[in-house]
Parts: sequence; C-alpha cells; structure tokens
Amino acid sequence: MFTACVTLVLIVAGALVTSNDAGLSVPDWPTSFGSLYKIPRMVGGVRFEHTHRMVAEFVGLLTIILAVWTWRTERRRWMKILGIAALGTVIAQGILGGITVLHYLPPAVSSAHAALAQTFFCIAVVIALFTGRQFVEEVPQVELDTRRPSLITLTLLSIFVLYVQLILGAMFRHHGLSWWPHVVHAGVVCVVLTWTAVRALSLYSKIEAVRRPAITMLALMITQLCLGFVAFLTRVAWGHDAAQPELPMVISTVAHVAVGALLLATAVILAIQVWRHVPVAFEERIPARTRKPVAV
Amino acid sequence: MNCRKNWVVMTGLLCLLGLFLLVGCNKSEAPEQTSSAPEKAAPAAAATPIDPATAASISGTVKLEGAAPKGAKIDMSQDPACKGANMAETIVADGGNLANVFVYVKEGLGDRTFDVPKEAATINQEGCKYHPHVLGAMAGQNIEIKNSDQTTHNIHPTPKDNREWNESQPPAAAPIEKSFAREEIMLPVKCNQHPWMKMYVNVVKSPFFAVTGPDGKYEIKGLPPGDYTIAFVQEKLGEQTQKVTLAAKDSKTVDSSFKQ
Repeated sequence: MFTACVTLVLIVAGALVTSNDAGLSVPDWPTSFGSLYKIPRMVGGVRFEHTHRMVAEFVGLLTIILAVWTWRTERRRWMKILGIAALGTVIAQGILGGITVLHYLPPAVSSAHAALAQTFFCIAVVIALFTGRQFVEEVPQVELDTRRPSLITLTLLSIFVLYVQLILGAMFRHHGLSWWPHVVHAGVVCVVLTWTAVRALSLYSKIEAVRRPAITMLALMITQLCLGFVAFLTRVAWGHDAAQPELPMVISTVAHVAVGALLLATAVILAIQVWRHVPVAFEERIPARTRKPVAV
Repeated sequence: MNCRKNWVVMTGLLCLLGLFLLVGCNKSEAPEQTSSAPEKAAPAAAATPIDPATAASISGTVKLEGAAPKGAKIDMSQDPACKGANMAETIVADGGNLANVFVYVKEGLGDRTFDVPKEAATINQEGCKYHPHVLGAMAGQNIEIKNSDQTTHNIHPTPKDNREWNESQPPAAAPIEKSFAREEIMLPVKCNQHPWMKMYVNVVKSPFFAVTGPDGKYEIKGLPPGDYTIAFVQEKLGEQTQKVTLAAKDSKTVDSSFKQ
C-alpha cells in the first residue's frame, strides 16, 4: 500500500515535470549534472525534474524490497510472479525515462513512459489488494452472473477504454497527437464506465467489494470529466499562447493525470472484485457448439 | 535448498538492474562528448565574388497594422537569481514599428556561394532572457553562447532540419560554441530550467539578412544586381514576401507590414 501511495506521488511529480515544461532541465541521465548523488540547486525546472528522479529512485528501491519480500514470504506462486513483474516494470520505466531525456522527449517514448507509469501504479495497487488482510481472509460472497455482456466483460472493457484514453492523453501532452482524439474518446469512456458502474450497482450492490469500487469509479469519472474540461480551457483554449506554464494550467493538468491514474486503478480493482464475487455462470462459459442436447 | 535458489534468482535480477544502469551511464556520456563540437556544414565551394562597385542595398521598415498586444509580464519567481523585469517578446511593436522580424533574401541568388564569416554570432543569457531574441547566422557559422546570469541555464534548440542538442551552462562557465549545418528559419531555442526563455535562430546560406530593431528598421547591404524575393518572417505572424529588382548601386526601400 505504501509503494502504491508513493507511486501516486511519483505520477504527480512526473506530471509536474511535463506541465512545467521541465523535462529536459537536467540534460543528462542517469546522472544529474554529472553526479549520481549530489543534489543540484533546486530552482526553476530542475526542482521538478530532480524531485521526480529522487522519488523515482525511492519507488525503485521500494519495488526491489517488495519483489524480494514477495518472493521470500509469499506462498502464492502468481504473487511471486507479480512481484517480479513489478520490478521488471519499474526497471523498464526507468529506462524509458532515460531514453526520453537522452533523445529529447520523443513523443512515442514519453507517452510510453506516461502509460507505463500508470501500469506500474495499477500493479502496485493490485499487490496491495491481494496482500491485504480482507482479501486474504474473507470468504467471497458469490453471485453468478447470467447477463450478457457479463459484468466481468464490462469491467475489462472499462480498463481497455481507459488505457486507450491514457495513451491518447499522453500523446497529446507530449505533442504526438492533437487534442481531439482524447476529447472524442472521453465520450466512449463515459458510456462504457457508466454502463459498467450502473450494472454493478443495480444488480450487485449487496456485495460491498463490488459496490465500493463501482461508486468510486463513477465519482472519479465525473471528477475527471470536470478536470478535463478545466484543463482543456486553461491549456488549449486560453493557454496556447502563454509565455510560460501558468498555475491554473499546471494544477488542472496535474490533477487530471492523478485522477486518471486513480480511475484506472479503481477500474482494475473493480474487475478483480467482479472476477472474485460475480463469476460468469458456468454454462455461459461453454461455447454453444460443444453443448450436448439434453434428452427430455 | 529452495531458499538458496531464491537468493540466486534475486541476485541475478539485481545484477541485471546494475547492468541496465551501467548501459544507461555509458549512453549518457556519448552525447556530452559529441555535442561540445560545433556542427560542421558540408565543405562549400569557393565563394562567388561580388563586385563592390556594383553592389546594391535594400532597407525599410516593418510595421504592425492595428493595435499592438500588451506584452505578458513574465513571472520569474521560481529562480531568485533571475532579476529584473521581463516581458514576453512574442510580438514587440512600438508605435506600429515591429521589432524582431527576420528579413532575408529568400530567392534570386541562384547558385552563388558565400564565405562563412569567421566571427561568431553571439547569444547572451542575461536577466534570464536571451539577447537577442531573434538571431541570424549563416550555415556553419559559429554561434557563441554566453551565460551572464548567476544561475544555470540549459540551451536547447529544437530544430526540424538540424541536429537537436541540450546542454547546461553554469554561471561563469566558458561560452558554448555551436553551429547549425543546414538552412532553417525560426529555429526555436529554449531553456527548460526557465520555461519562459525562448528565442529563435535563423540559419541561411547567404550573408544577406537582417533583424528589425525596436524601430522596425532593417538594412541589407552588398547585394549583387538582380531580381530577388525578400522574405520577412515573424515568429507568430508568419512570413511575408516581396519581389524587388536591383540594378547596380541601387539603394531601394522595401517596407512590409503584418496584420494581427
């Protein structure tokens, strides 16, 4: 849980770097102005970029501890793999961060860095969920899902559309794409997430593990839409000719990134809880052609 | 036994992490070494001589039609070493005279070649601001970049046709010498440490260029007689062109104006 919280701080620190146009204020990597340990004068863009690097190093250290701990103490084999996946993701993320500095912020690499950051955040969140006492000790309250599309399908679709939205947003922020695909796709995200949350709340509101993330997802989605609108106004409509990043522009875009990360993580939690508590009814899983006719 | 196996795997992973960092370290050093040298232009043919007895000149004033926008005040509070007042220089017009317009001979020089000046064009960073805001230089000409501020700057050109680089320059550091090999108009240069710091370098093949001063005036001397297209380029308002025919020893006025 601590790693997940620090990762959210790291995402905010990274968003501050982009919003303040400070991505290349420290021109070298992995060193900062030629040193691995000296803290440079924290003024201008350097305070954002170097703070981001320091928090990233801390998250890297936490992830190494997490992976070793999981490997040594976990009995569940897939949890050991998840720990190693987290470590692999954080290493890949560090390398992407380095490439983006050394190659002067290529939009594809910077966007991949932004997307992988939130992927890592989701991994940290699910590790926290899977190792939480409630998840380990509770006896799941199960209700079979007979509706089509199933709720698990809807939650997976929610994750997919959110991830696409994350990539579109990152591409726009890193000058690889215009703003309109991100704005248009926001409509698709709204429809899918509302459908998922309404289905979850209307049929399975008795299951707390499903109800809570569904409500949170809906609330975060509304917040995110408002933040997106404000970010659009401050950055695209009013701020395109700004001589420097202005405070409303920075606050709205950073908050938009942070809430976006929380929204994606909530959708992942919802999917896990639905998979656990609302499994698809068995006969639904059998392809039609393999079903044998039943003699009456 | 199982515990030992786990430790072997974990040690292997940490070694892999170290290897990645090592590769990263090596990568970071490479651009530092190569970027300190000016970018070399392809060796040019011998310069085509111009008879000074027939050389002509053009001069003029660039105007802004309509009211000049009020320049935005820059907030430099994020670095205490950035002192003094600073205003955005996107459009600088005083009494309708437009400053910082790059004027150059766009067409008409044919295959003529010109010697690259031995003296460097200079950029100074003072008051967390670039001086000048718009610079002209010939392809291959040295550009000397100084830091007169008591803070570190990074100089980061973002060209389309030339090589991109990004170097930091601490206070009182030796000037950085660079050049751009290919022609490029309004090549943006910025400082990522102070995001308001922006300027433009214009790289051309001939020495026939000028930048309008605060009075909107410019002058280009030493042109051989001929038919020319003169381009006026402003960072936000774009490009305007005018045709002019110069006879021997002509001195013509070519004015231009931009609309908001």
